[in-house]
Amino acid sequence: MNLKKDIKSPQRDTASPGRKLTRRKFLKTAGAAAAMAVLAQCGSKAAREAFVQRNFRSLSKEEIAQVIKRLEAEYLEKYGKKFTVSAKGSIDGTLFAYALDISRCIGCRRCVYACVEENNLSRDPQTHWIQVLEMEDEKGIDFVHSNLYYDHDEVPQEGHFYLPVACQQCKNPPCVKSCPVGATWMEPDGIVVVDYNWCIGCRCCMAACPYGARHFNWGKPQVPPGKMNTNTHFLGNRPRYKGVVEKCTFCIQRVREGLYPTCVEVCPTGSRKFGNLLDPDSEIRYILENKRVLILKEYLNTQPKFFYFFAT
Amino acid sequence: MIRRVILVLGMVLVVLSPFWVLPGDREPGSGEETKAAAGNRETDIQVPPPPFSEDIFPCSQCHAEQEPNMQRRELEMHEDIILKHAEQNRWCLDCHDAKNRDMLHLADGELVDFKESYRLCGQCHGLKLRDWRAGIHGRRTGSWNGQKRYLLCIHCHDPHSPKFKKLKPEPPPVKPGRIRQ
Repeated sequence: MNLKKDIKSPQRDTASPGRKLTRRKFLKTAGAAAAMAVLAQCGSKAAREAFVQRNFRSLSKEEIAQVIKRLEAEYLEKYGKKFTVSAKGSIDGTLFAYALDISRCIGCRRCVYACVEENNLSRDPQTHWIQVLEMEDEKGIDFVHSNLYYDHDEVPQEGHFYLPVACQQCKNPPCVKSCPVGATWMEPDGIVVVDYNWCIGCRCCMAACPYGARHFNWGKPQVPPGKMNTNTHFLGNRPRYKGVVEKCTFCIQRVREGLYPTCVEVCPTGSRKFGNLLDPDSEIRYILENKRVLILKEYLNTQPKFFYFFAT
Repeated sequence: MIRRVILVLGMVLVVLSPFWVLPGDREPGSGEETKAAAGNRETDIQVPPPPFSEDIFPCSQCHAEQEPNMQRRELEMHEDIILKHAEQNRWCLDCHDAKNRDMLHLADGELVDFKESYRLCGQCHGLKLRDWRAGIHGRRTGSWNGQKRYLLCIHCHDPHSPKFKKLKPEPPPVKPGRIRQ
């Protein structure tokens, strides 16, 4: 009670008589002037536009078109390649889900690197959206004793199984709840996405995610220009900035065009399955109705749309 | 009075209605059939041609002139094929047809083209075949909401030695400590 009073009581500002320049006033004016000067000088019109760009969700169709035009020009200049940045919305009547057959995955990491190429993940510093954990048969799914860095001549190793973990696309996503600026959200088709222009890099979402599925760009993301995938989506695999968080988007640039995610297509054992939960004839519904299915860390009530199953 | 009778009748109707509706709901056991049929939409599934070794097919280019020998034996040809697929109980002509050399045959003698070899495999591996038709077993590519491309069993499993071969894994991720340097 006393403390509150103490904070409120000093009235130095009003105490100063007349038009005397107070410290607060000075800082305010100087700050505003500095910001104006920086903005005015700050290179091109494009850079200024980027600086004042609002959250993707609040942009009108015309504004999105403008932003995309600007980004495409920026990428052309930067990488010497013609990019297409899509902002395609979700398809009506879709809710995406994923299933992975633990009894078939052999831990070959083909998916990890296919994802890197498709989604323009930084090679140095290295970012991997998929993390394949090697686990012991005897211990079962036990994250504490799992090994991410196994390096064998051949897989699968006797007595081990493999559990690839990427974003679980939760229906009740803690990352979204923890974002202080609303830079990440769940799309109508169930994909949790990030607006890389709006993200402030506070990494609250990374702390909130129980699956380690969010990745921070500690350095400037480096992709060899020849390896750039120019078919991109605004909310997906377009080039990222230093200091923002990124995550798996089920290959949003592919699935919204009706294609399977890259990891599904590349898996040599066919362990990875993808489909529309709302389509009763989809592979995913067949799995949910006919196979033994589990989700990771069920007790956290994150309600993942990424299922693990045993086909045999 | 009439109102009260109507009310009571109405309540009886409401109470009984589930019992009348339920059998109607159960009736289409056909629901399951349509689902199975949906999994069978083979028009939706493109299967690439079988992966023959070079110059091996059609088999009749050599075998046409040879008299079929039905005796189970060690062959002098095809020594690259080592049968590791229930080899105690099986040999070549259990699957390959002796008369029509360019075809396979099922246990009942029905001839099957190499393009439909999954029917032959499905004689023993019926559950796998069912999963394969539904898109659960094996890799599917193409479009999740349209035309799907599928592989034959033999694209991944050597029919003579079907156990999936071990692979060299891609390199492990860089440990966080090393990223900083």
